[in-house]
Amino acid sequence: MIDYIQPDYEVVRNKDLCIKCKVCVRQCANEVHVYDEKRDVLFADNSKCVNCHRCVTLCPAKALKIVKTDHCFKPSANYTKEIIYDIYRQADTGGVLLSSMGTPKDYPVYWDKILINASQVTNPSIDPLREPMEIKTFLGRKPEKIEYAADGSIKTEKYPNLELKTPIMFSAMSYGSISKNAHMCLARAAEELGTFYNTGEGGLHEDLYKYSPNTIVQVASGRFGVHADYLEAGQAIEIKIGQGAKPGIGGHLPGQKIGPDVSRTRMIPMGADAISPAPHHDIYSIEDLRQLVFSLKEATDYKKPIIVKIAAVHNIAAIASGIARSGADVIAIDGMRGGTGAAPSRIRDNVGIPIELALASVDSRLREEGIRNNVGIVVGGSIRSSADVVKAIALGADAVYIATPALLALGCHLCRSCHSGKCNWGIATQSPELVRRLNPDIGYKRLVNLVTAWSHEIMEMMGGMGINSIEALRGNRLMLRGIGLSQKELDILGIGHAGE
Amino acid sequence: MDEIEQRLAEVAEKNREGNVRIPSGCAICGYFSRKGKALPAVDAVDAMAYMHDRSNGLGGGFAGYGIYPDFADHYAFHIFYDNEKAREDAESFLKLRFDVSNMERIPTRKVYGISGAPLIWRYFGKLQPEIAAHTELDEEEYVCRSVIHINTKIKGAYVFSSGKNMGVFKGVGFPEDVGEYYRLGDYKGYCWTAHGRYPTNTPGWWGGAHPFNILNYTVVHNGEISSYDANRRFMEIYGYKCTLLTDTEVITYIIDYLHRKRGLKLPDVAKVIAPPFWSQIERMDAPEREKLTTLRNMYASLLITGPFSIILGYSGGMMALNDRLKLRSMVAAEKDDVTYISSEECAIRSICPDPDRTWSPAGGEPVIVELDNKEGGR
Repeated sequence: MIDYIQPDYEVVRNKDLCIKCKVCVRQCANEVHVYDEKRDVLFADNSKCVNCHRCVTLCPAKALKIVKTDHCFKPSANYTKEIIYDIYRQADTGGVLLSSMGTPKDYPVYWDKILINASQVTNPSIDPLREPMEIKTFLGRKPEKIEYAADGSIKTEKYPNLELKTPIMFSAMSYGSISKNAHMCLARAAEELGTFYNTGEGGLHEDLYKYSPNTIVQVASGRFGVHADYLEAGQAIEIKIGQGAKPGIGGHLPGQKIGPDVSRTRMIPMGADAISPAPHHDIYSIEDLRQLVFSLKEATDYKKPIIVKIAAVHNIAAIASGIARSGADVIAIDGMRGGTGAAPSRIRDNVGIPIELALASVDSRLREEGIRNNVGIVVGGSIRSSADVVKAIALGADAVYIATPALLALGCHLCRSCHSGKCNWGIATQSPELVRRLNPDIGYKRLVNLVTAWSHEIMEMMGGMGINSIEALRGNRLMLRGIGLSQKELDILGIGHAGE
Repeated sequence: MDEIEQRLAEVAEKNREGNVRIPSGCAICGYFSRKGKALPAVDAVDAMAYMHDRSNGLGGGFAGYGIYPDFADHYAFHIFYDNEKAREDAESFLKLRFDVSNMERIPTRKVYGISGAPLIWRYFGKLQPEIAAHTELDEEEYVCRSVIHINTKIKGAYVFSSGKNMGVFKGVGFPEDVGEYYRLGDYKGYCWTAHGRYPTNTPGWWGGAHPFNILNYTVVHNGEISSYDANRRFMEIYGYKCTLLTDTEVITYIIDYLHRKRGLKLPDVAKVIAPPFWSQIERMDAPEREKLTTLRNMYASLLITGPFSIILGYSGGMMALNDRLKLRSMVAAEKDDVTYISSEECAIRSICPDPDRTWSPAGGEPVIVELDNKEGGR
């Protein structure tokens, strides 16, 4: 059969620099690099290259680079190379196209069209190196009534809240989709940072129970790895309804990734595909969600906040309003640019809405309906920097979830090939020799560094605005201005245009 | 010439409070007699004159408590009208709901430096018993909503004072000129607060001057709060409409919400608005720590950041509060039973040359004074 697909990338080897140490050959799980002993030459099979930079990064002679191929079709703005190749692939296989990580398509990134304010003259900026700058955040339902006891102390209703030292949490990534070492890094970093990581729907490996004080456990449609001790181990329980990269779609972890450990953790047979249904089969409507929320609360004695995670879709405001009345304590919204370990390409690239618009309309709707204090709002799905965090909080979020930046900190190079299971960086793989490449002692420290750096930057930006407490930034949309946005977009975001 | 005037009028209308957000610098001053002595308003006028350079002639005002002993149990509505039509509309609205015992133009005098005054009227009225009986709201809430109705629905009418046995007098001009204009020499009360405004804009609307009032609460405020929109959007959840877009308006609503509607004690209101830092809270004894943690979490969006010094006047009391970093000057002093608060000490010494003590209240530490005998103010 003719292979219609030509490589996207070319490995360029500088023969003057190459010392033929063959590190590239050993490091590439995709077997791109080959050493021909007879001719004493190294060459590369470009068709296997996913452009993950493992060889480039580890080459001691710095003799390698990967370039985008200049091999081309007759140019067409309509039938692009990507579209043509997708058609070839489907004609080859008859299958649904799969991809990983967030969509590469050129959708508007509203974060980059929003500008942050700063103080000048009428109001002093605050230097976070000299003055206290508070970013501690409580996540969960707030009490409504307040009464004084005879001794002057106050009495309110009590709702469980998560306490975050920084408004950044690690988003759900399951053990199975990522390696145990990656999970270990996230858990240890969350502990050191005073924040939380999220198990995803793959259960909790027995070695990680000790990080329980910084763990959010997820209950998803497959119910993998859910049992009493697991629920107890979480400080909050997240019901996953949807994911930004694949709204309306379940999950599929191929049997080859279900080794002994994953099998035990997920409580499913070894080698069996782990298929999460698209919906929860006990939630076909909002009143069913309420029952699951309260089942989980009953199971954990009303001591843990319940998070409901939904993908950002068109009717998000009404859905969130329903969830806020369902007994849930936190709504997590995942935007369409969010990452995934594997999703059907067409879904990832075409379904859902950007998180900025979803967040703004949810926050506005909950306020209009007077139920904003019923729930915390956490947003994820492409929070890429501390500036995105500041903008999200000013639009109305209580905290953010990050996942792709966390993986990048661990060495991910966004080659978007997680679904192959051959992650050269030891992150999205279960292959023991690859997993070993991710050193948890180093990895967790890099995560701590990343979030610490972001936290410092958040404080700098807050100080510039003359704000010394994160709660005064939350929902403070006057601190934001749009640039190059239409009136409709500004209206949805609830912000003015720059210069207004 | 007419064209220029017309254009200026258009600019003024475009930049009027409610259409844009106008940050202001300011001077504030207040004094309070715990024994309920009738203190002259002219002291406040004199004190403000000492801080002349903290205002720029675009707003000044005064609030006095205990000033209408003859009508102590009537709501005293002070209303600005742009025209007679507005007055007719507002009066017919009021008369349907209140038994009005007295109505008059507020006496004023011509003063150089004061121009463009609206029609200024006052009404003393009681809520009609049948209305009080039928409404689902308590009386104060009903009155509050009536005021908001006039201010937002009746074009050209603006209620700028609506409490009992108290009143606000404000306008566009330097505070000492505004005091002269309203003939404040004729008034005495147990508490006076005053405000001189330095807006970074050219508004010419009298309603935009301070003190800001709702029911018996008045707030004078110096500062620009950086938390404004977080505070505003939280208050709007509870039905408050921030139409003027000013800091003072939202601060007044926050206090009204926490103190009147939620029943929080004033020291706790201060702890919500300007709470201690978490690092301080963590070092506190368990009961206090728990209380402050609950308050900060519960009313997180009512925390005010950025510089402010405010003086809150209320029936029978006065509270002064600085932001938690003390980014605005505010000095307090005492002489016998009278407590003084001012942006600058010179203003206090101009009316009380030898106070028993003066001090600079720490950021977030409220100074609260109340009448020894709650009835004393009458």
